[in-house]
Amino acid sequence: MTDAWAPSARQLERASVERRRRRQRALVAAAVTVVVFAVAIVGTLSSPGWQRVQETFFSWHHMRAALPDIWRAFWKYNVTMFLVAEPLILAVGIAVAVTRHTVSPWLTPLRIVAVAYTDLFRGLPTILVVTLFGLGIPALQLTGVTNSLFWLTLVALVLCYGAYVAEVIRAGIDSVHPTQRASAEALALSRGQAMWHVILPQALRRVVPPLVNDFVSLQKDTALVGVVGVFEALKVASDYGNYHFNYSPMVLAGVFFVVITVPIARLTDWLSARARRREWGRG
Amino acid sequence: MSALLEVAGLRKSYPSTGSGRRADRVVLADIDLSIAPHDVVCLIGASGSGKSTLLRCLNLLEPIDDGVITFDGREISDPLVDPRDVRREIGMVFQAYNLFPHLTVLENCLLAPVKVHGMAKAEARDRAEQLLDRFGLGAHASAHPDSLSGGQQQRAALVRALCTRPRLLLLDEITAALDPILVGEVLEIVRAEAAAGMTMILATHEMAFAREVATSVCFLDGGRILEQGPPEQLFTAPREERTREFLARVL
Ligand SMILES: Nc1ncnc2c1ncn2[C@@H]1O[C@H](COP(=O)(O)OP(=O)(O)OP(=O)(O)O)[C@@H](O)[C@H]1O
Ligand SMILES: [Mg+2]
Repeated sequence: MTDAWAPSARQLERASVERRRRRQRALVAAAVTVVVFAVAIVGTLSSPGWQRVQETFFSWHHMRAALPDIWRAFWKYNVTMFLVAEPLILAVGIAVAVTRHTVSPWLTPLRIVAVAYTDLFRGLPTILVVTLFGLGIPALQLTGVTNSLFWLTLVALVLCYGAYVAEVIRAGIDSVHPTQRASAEALALSRGQAMWHVILPQALRRVVPPLVNDFVSLQKDTALVGVVGVFEALKVASDYGNYHFNYSPMVLAGVFFVVITVPIARLTDWLSARARRREWGRG
Repeated sequence: MSALLEVAGLRKSYPSTGSGRRADRVVLADIDLSIAPHDVVCLIGASGSGKSTLLRCLNLLEPIDDGVITFDGREISDPLVDPRDVRREIGMVFQAYNLFPHLTVLENCLLAPVKVHGMAKAEARDRAEQLLDRFGLGAHASAHPDSLSGGQQQRAALVRALCTRPRLLLLDEITAALDPILVGEVLEIVRAEAAAGMTMILATHEMAFAREVATSVCFLDGGRILEQGPPEQLFTAPREERTREFLARVL
């Protein structure tokens, strides 16, 4: 089919107005951005104490000196812990959220445990749980229980974050319209099947943004295991700081934490956009 | 012929909403209904007269307040009956389709046959694809429901209900929100199923359709079956004044 359309004079005029407006907006955006950042940067650099702050927190020399140790600790503890803990947390969260939605009388004790667990571990400061697990459990001298600080503190993180994630997933489950369950039940699916095949997949899709939020927060909180003497990146950096009276390595460790969360956020954005496109036929 | 589905004295109420201690709102009362195999029963009546509620009660999606429902000679309103056993035999299409948005059309159609009826995946897929083709959805099998038009979703919901080979089909206003051409298409399918001997109960506002396909028409008014009879009689010579008024308004 040949399409003999050529834009009308009015359309060309409209397009040129649009172009002019776009140029103006870009100009304003650029100008405002440059001014604001310039003021902020000049303000900081010209402050009376900048010289000392730069020495203590942004010293290139100290950063380079501590880099290899921080890098090693970051991968060995922060990243590994995160990668191991994340699937466990998701499993705990789903199990707890689903348990709270069961109705079978046989599961009543489990439901009570699930409620008590979320209330308790959501309320306790994570640092306390990490300390209790890292120092308290080895002190019990139980046979058959690991003394590895890595695993003990990992369990502490999983328990704390599992409680948050369970509540997020439960909110997702509650947000699925009851007609979906009715529809599944009309097809003779059992409650469990309806949950697993119909409700949970929709619930999880909806709560991806808050889940990512919790996982980014978990990535940061792997630094908490330092309190019981696990030499993770921030602990290594602060150790260096206490020894050399310079905290630049801590800033460097902070940069590591930020940098690793960015790809996580972009990846999940991309994944959920793709799922949305597939399901709704539009972006 | 013995009845496939029998309803006697069914009553259903919803707790009153809002503040204050008002009495429960009775939505269905004294419903008696007898449906023989291969019957096509149309429920007609004003919006809010209880058609959807009645259909939901029949496959035990709603607890009832009183009465007896018998399916294939067995009382299914017995609390000891597993609702799943009943629903395996009864297909339902909801007024709002209720397809599963996270699954493709084909997956929607495979879920119950495979997970509930234990059909082999390949066999279920063959049947589903055959039905989808027949209903003009072959090209959309791998699409997600939200990317289909209203009429396509409606047909997909019908296919999903048919995939399990139900003995009774409950159809709730399956032509609402469709344009006249699509209404024609969907009704064609229903007519074909009726001709093939399916037993159906459908709530509908399509009087012309009810007249043509129904073996029996029930007029619901304020939660009661006010009048019931073959379409020729009910549409041309209704006994009740209320039926006459309703028909005068919709025809
Ligand atoms: N879950 C519910 N809780 C309370 N009241 C309800 C509920 N579902 C339905 N009702 C009420 O029951 C009555 C009958 O509703 P129903 O959906 O069966 O009507 P209908 O005949 O199908 O109407 P329509 O033709 O508009 O679909 C209505 O007054 C409605 O407000
Ligand atoms: Mg209705």
